[in-house]
Amino acid sequence: MRISTFLYNVRQGFANIWRNKMFSLASIATMTACIFLFGVFYSLGVNFGSMVRSAEENVAVTVFFDEGLSDSEIKTIGREIQSREAVERVKYVSAEEAWDYMKEDFFGGNEELAESFADDNPMKNSDNFEVYLKDVSQQDELVTYIKGIPGVRKVNQSEMAANILTDFNKLIIYIFVGIIVILLAVAAFLISNTITVGISVRREEIAIMKLIGAKDTFVRQPFIVEGVAIGLIGSIVPLLLLHMVYGGIIKYVTENFNLLSSLMVFVPVNDVFRVLVPVSLILGVGIGFVGSRITLKRHLKV
Amino acid sequence: MIKLEHVSKTYEAGVQAITDVNLHIRPGEFVFIIGATGSGKSTIIKLLQKELTPTHGKIIVNGRDIAKITRKQIPKFRRNIGVVFQNFRLLPDRNVYENVAFAMRVVEAPKREIKKRVPQMLSLVGLAHKYRSLPKQLSGGEQQRVAIARALVNEPKILLADEPTGNLDNQHAWEIMRLLEEINERGTTVVVVTHNMDFVRQMNKRVITIKKGVVVSDEQVEEATDAD
Ligand SMILES: Nc1ncnc2c1ncn2[C@@H]1O[C@H](COP(=O)(O)OP(=O)(O)OP(=O)(O)O)[C@@H](O)[C@H]1O
Ligand SMILES: [Mg+2]
Repeated sequence: MRISTFLYNVRQGFANIWRNKMFSLASIATMTACIFLFGVFYSLGVNFGSMVRSAEENVAVTVFFDEGLSDSEIKTIGREIQSREAVERVKYVSAEEAWDYMKEDFFGGNEELAESFADDNPMKNSDNFEVYLKDVSQQDELVTYIKGIPGVRKVNQSEMAANILTDFNKLIIYIFVGIIVILLAVAAFLISNTITVGISVRREEIAIMKLIGAKDTFVRQPFIVEGVAIGLIGSIVPLLLLHMVYGGIIKYVTENFNLLSSLMVFVPVNDVFRVLVPVSLILGVGIGFVGSRITLKRHLKV
Repeated sequence: MIKLEHVSKTYEAGVQAITDVNLHIRPGEFVFIIGATGSGKSTIIKLLQKELTPTHGKIIVNGRDIAKITRKQIPKFRRNIGVVFQNFRLLPDRNVYENVAFAMRVVEAPKREIKKRVPQMLSLVGLAHKYRSLPKQLSGGEQQRVAIARALVNEPKILLADEPTGNLDNQHAWEIMRLLEEINERGTTVVVVTHNMDFVRQMNKRVITIKKGVVVSDEQVEEATDAD
């Protein structure tokens, strides 16, 4: 196909959109809403995920030993734990360090109170391993295993309820996927309706085209262009909006809530959009293309 | 060249529109097809464009048995046949130039060709000066000229006109007939379906008369034929 022919059909496609303003607008708006929501969910998801991950990194299993274990025995236990698949890293905490943490946690700001314990470390037998996991969901299994290692006196699980976290994660994903799918279906339906109206408006023109000797692809092309353009506009607009909103929120939170921003580390705009832009464009253009193709198959028997 | 051999067409509804029609139209001929309303004239025109498929018989257009033309080949086949209708069928939202250029765009002609051919066709039909008018700003006769320009712009070998003057007053009708005659003199085979017996009497052309789907006469006339 010639470039000039293709450009002609692109113009016809946009003319269709223009001639059929209300329907086109409805389709674009739905597509925009859909991609926008997708973007919101995705951004939330990515940020939530990164926060969960950083929380997970702080979830540790603490392993205490029987009294009077030698350094080399402790090291052997450490090596054994480290060799497990689920283990990210193992950190040895000496009794002195354990006491230091304790002081910080309980007597933070009132260090003089802790002084009463002076040199008599109340946590003499508290040297331990802090075990950090790659994946919190494997925590229970690991704990059972560690408890079985000779020389281990006690294993403390982290208080963070890992499983709840994961379940919550899953639920959010299901809801998110569900809403997106429904919106996509609505968008596809509206695009299909727009194309159907376009075809009926141009029925006479199509009939004449066919009598003159237009190929099927030529007859279909403007409608494909129409669908794809609606999808494209309907994904570019929400992406621009999202970019503004996301950047705005980060800026607002960092500037106004020092505490919050130290707790929550936002995923940078660029990292989010590196995925969001291609996925949204493919989604928008794809739905537009497929929507118009299916409609053409049904309503335009060339 | 157009050839119909024992062609019959029965519509889905069971209406037998034409029965055992045999015709042979040579290249460069000018032929009238006349007959009462419902006699099957338009059916013949539609069969020639492969808009309809015959129930029986064989149709040959430009040397090809059209039954052997596949769906994919239909566009190319139709580019050799220009068509003109009683109600013009122009695109109301496009001006004269665009309506004619449309036929070339549709067959994916190069831009250069379009720019060259469209003005040529418009001056042939005498409308070069009105190229920017919309169809509704033209008289019926002018609209039909635009339609003829559109039908001819791709240089088809055959021009089929189904009652091209049916919506025109006498003077405009004659202008269109003269134009069709001129086009025929330039080498295009022209087939005109008409009700207007004045043309048939005065133009000295071959006249094919259809009655209830059957060819009842096929002759070169000098005088009036009692068709209706
Ligand atoms: N699509 C169709 N389905 C069923 N019957 C049809 C169809 N088209 C035409 N007919 C019938 O076939 C017969 C021939 O119709 P056709 O249109 O060929 O007549 P015509 O000679 O062109 O008439 P007119 O002078 O009124 O245009 C008529 O009886 C008509 O009612
Ligand atoms: Mg007719």
